[in-house]
Amino acid sequence: MNMKTILLGSIAAAVFAAPAYAVDVKIGVLNDRSGIYADLAGEGSVIATRMAVEDFDAAGKGINVEIVSADHQNRPDVGSTIARQWYDQENVDVIVDVPTSSVALAVHDITRELDKVFLNSGAATSDLTGSACSPNTIHWTYDTWQLADGTGRAVVENGGDTWFFLTADYAFGHALERDTSAVVEASGGTVVGTVRTPFPGTDFSSFLLQAQSSGAKVIGLANAGGDTVNSIKQASEFGITQAGQSLAGLLVFVNDIHALGLQTAQGLLLTESFYWDLNDGTREWSARFEEQTGNKPSMVQAGVYSSVLHYLKAVEALGDKGSQEVIAKMKELPTDDPLFGQGEVRADGRKTHDSYLFRVKTPEESEGPWDYYETVSTTPAAQAFRPLEEGGCSLVE
Amino acid sequence: MFELIGIPPQALFGQLLLGLINGSFYAMLSLGLAIIFGLLNIINFTHGAQYMLGAFVAWMLLNYLGISYWWALFLVPVIVGATGIVIERLLISRLYHLDHLYGLLLTFGIALIMQGVLRNNYGISGLPYSIPPQLAGGQNLGFMFLPNYRGWVVVASLFVCLGTWFVIEKTRLGAYLRAATENPTLVGAFGINVPLMITLTYGFGVALAGFAGVLAAPIYSVNPNMGAELIIVVFAVVVIGGMGSILGAILTGFGLGLVEGLTRVFYPEGSAVVIFVIMAIVLMIKPAGLFGRTA
Amino acid sequence: MTAVTETDAASAVAEPRIRKKGMGMPARHMVILALLLAAGIIAPFMLYPVFVMKILCFALFACALNLLLGFGGLLSFGHAAYFGSASYVAAHAAKVWGLSPELSILAGTGAAALLGLIFGSLAIRRQGIYFAMVTLAFAQMIYFFALQAPFTGGEDGIQGVPRGNLFGLISIQSHFATYWMVLAITFIGLLIIYRVIHSPFGQVLKAIRENEPRAISLGYHVNRYKLTVFVLSATLAGLAGATKAFVFQLASLTDVHWTMSGEVVLMTLLGGMGTVFGPIVGAVVIVSMQNYLATWGAWVTIVQGIVFVICVMLFREGIVGVLQKWLKKTL
Repeated sequence: MNMKTILLGSIAAAVFAAPAYAVDVKIGVLNDRSGIYADLAGEGSVIATRMAVEDFDAAGKGINVEIVSADHQNRPDVGSTIARQWYDQENVDVIVDVPTSSVALAVHDITRELDKVFLNSGAATSDLTGSACSPNTIHWTYDTWQLADGTGRAVVENGGDTWFFLTADYAFGHALERDTSAVVEASGGTVVGTVRTPFPGTDFSSFLLQAQSSGAKVIGLANAGGDTVNSIKQASEFGITQAGQSLAGLLVFVNDIHALGLQTAQGLLLTESFYWDLNDGTREWSARFEEQTGNKPSMVQAGVYSSVLHYLKAVEALGDKGSQEVIAKMKELPTDDPLFGQGEVRADGRKTHDSYLFRVKTPEESEGPWDYYETVSTTPAAQAFRPLEEGGCSLVE
Repeated sequence: MFELIGIPPQALFGQLLLGLINGSFYAMLSLGLAIIFGLLNIINFTHGAQYMLGAFVAWMLLNYLGISYWWALFLVPVIVGATGIVIERLLISRLYHLDHLYGLLLTFGIALIMQGVLRNNYGISGLPYSIPPQLAGGQNLGFMFLPNYRGWVVVASLFVCLGTWFVIEKTRLGAYLRAATENPTLVGAFGINVPLMITLTYGFGVALAGFAGVLAAPIYSVNPNMGAELIIVVFAVVVIGGMGSILGAILTGFGLGLVEGLTRVFYPEGSAVVIFVIMAIVLMIKPAGLFGRTA
Repeated sequence: MTAVTETDAASAVAEPRIRKKGMGMPARHMVILALLLAAGIIAPFMLYPVFVMKILCFALFACALNLLLGFGGLLSFGHAAYFGSASYVAAHAAKVWGLSPELSILAGTGAAALLGLIFGSLAIRRQGIYFAMVTLAFAQMIYFFALQAPFTGGEDGIQGVPRGNLFGLISIQSHFATYWMVLAITFIGLLIIYRVIHSPFGQVLKAIRENEPRAISLGYHVNRYKLTVFVLSATLAGLAGATKAFVFQLASLTDVHWTMSGEVVLMTLLGGMGTVFGPIVGAVVIVSMQNYLATWGAWVTIVQGIVFVICVMLFREGIVGVLQKWLKKTL
């Protein structure tokens, strides 16, 4: 064998085995694998990432993808150390998921500083595409504005026009309450009262009784996680929903409903961007997801899948992985996948898609495990998220 | 009490009742801590995790073995108490000759392990546990709707707390116990097996936490962290009450539940810290606690 | 190095008794301090600088706790309050007031000192495990305050803290520039602690730890000594926390949460309570563990718990304590 044949041979291999280019992409899945968001993100998000890479047939398209994952323990210092190390030393190109606002904002800043790509699915804060927006971040699945607007407006339109808020007493709860009250009032409803509950709390009965005596039609739960679970549990115990008042959860995931059981959670109104039983596409994907994890996907995990898929599409279209080019391409290409349908990535980094108001079924209506939601109304992608000009994002001229 | 104007007395009464219910959990947990501290001189940081374990074991009994709530009320304290005895024999018993700090650090470590293991196996979202059908529904008391289950919690807790108080203060067994607290060597000289008594006491204190866990399972979220935040409040309750008397622990528990209930009406934002504020005040005025003996 | 020599000379003059007993031989400690400094200078070239800075901050934090726990015999289970509040104040000072790094760190440290004075004067009224519970409860109050106060940003924390220019002149934008600052602060902090331990004040503290009634009968105002060491410890913990705000450019709730208090106790315990250099070793081990076990999820908690149990059961002197026994020399 002389030099020529080796050279010819390798060129031939490159031509026949793969398209003209080959890109190495390293995806870091950074999320909570042990704390309160471990169920709705955690290992499931890693599996969703892997499914996206396989479904896209990245290897067949000449994109060599490597996936790494880590637990940020919901601690911004741990999360930012990992993110920096991934970017600086391990050549990670894109970080996905990252629930917990504090960690997400930290990773958001680091990603901008080092000019990489951040596809957030897990965090709620709408600051990521508002006052703190960055050319390197795309916020994929949901945000606080969408939840407040989706639940607030749709519930008022469906007759729930007097509200009482149970607000977790910290910045996140205050923001949810403020945004939702604004929407409720703008839609013609009234807020008759509000009570600030210590966070985290276990006993909400006292506050629920205050909500009950207010006579409001809807009790808005401006809290999250264990607080929401406890307040729903106790509302059912004190016969508040049976007496005719509705509960509206402002940040509730399907995993919370799974934990509560339908007997307790029935009648709850909530907004999500994704539910496994929406259409054939979501059902097919969710069934495959369930085979690997034992659970139906949360909207966060679905969002991770969808964001990785779109990222790979952009890399394929460019044949390159330069951060600014890929982000520009992602914003240019319309998004379309079986899970979230059609949408777009806006200039401020907000990904848009339809948003749904669900009502939790009664045990009688449910036909089996994970059959939890009935769709009350759908907000189309164009209206589901904060209008571009209202966010105060500097990327919007 | 002019501040009360604006709040109808019935509503106030309802809130007090709710405070009493929370107080029953404080009372049961601080009672267990007080008993363990009294005899073992150990601050049982694992107490919150053992309370959580009680709720989890109740869930496991129901879901794996189909054992109902009522049986769980008896079985869970026995099971959790037994794990406590194992922990005491294997680990804690080796620390009695050392500074108390080591007991605190050891039990803190055990609590971390228990929380971590359950989190690995059951996640964090929590597990569903329904109110037993016999106690579903509630009574309309005129001023409020009282779920039957909450009423049961107060009754069960009062019964257990007063029963414990009676055994310790009024029976021969209790007399030995109290004597062993004062002077273990002397009691041992009377032919009483003090180490066994210590082990059983720890088991009993832990069983109380397990019992509280079963009572909590149907109304609070059953998740690995459910005891972690509570235990710190209970510590504060214990500091306020002082470790002097069993009755002190019970009264302080219920009393602080009431105070917290009132705060929830008049200043809801402050209800999480009110117990700590009271603790600071008590420390300034009466460093040994309300019922404590000065060391 | 001159600082070290001066320190040791001063302590030698002040405590002839100790030298006679053979405790605190300055030469050995000088070597260790020099080695530590050398390691600190080489480390950022071998390891990831942010990671080493994290170790440095926690080493100082653990040493501060050790001053109280190992030498004062007082177990504070609420030291996160001082660490975290200082971190918040420093971050706020730099971000909102636009102060330079050194002034922000000073502000944070001052806040921790003040807090330490208030809580300390109450906490020292109780002893032993009551003391631990009281400090824990106070720290919990700070946690609730940090959660609700508007300036802390609640769950989001204070993000994007500008590193700015040291003394208004030297830019510390790069990791390396920040690193030298952090190394200097940590080292100065360690020297202060070393100096305190080997001063007459430190000796009285040890006497109180060993036998409080006796110290009282000897005419020492025990509570004044306890309060002083408490405030000192809180201040240094604050210094560590304020510095950390510049390393990560953020301050968040985890810094004030009680698990942080537990973690720093674990570092001290693992490294060796009451040894001069033990807490540094503890911090290195625990921070590395958190870093390298990050992919393991909930196992981090379990492993930490197991380390706690093993330490208490088999290993009460800690790593450096065991080494000390082995070498028959105090470290």
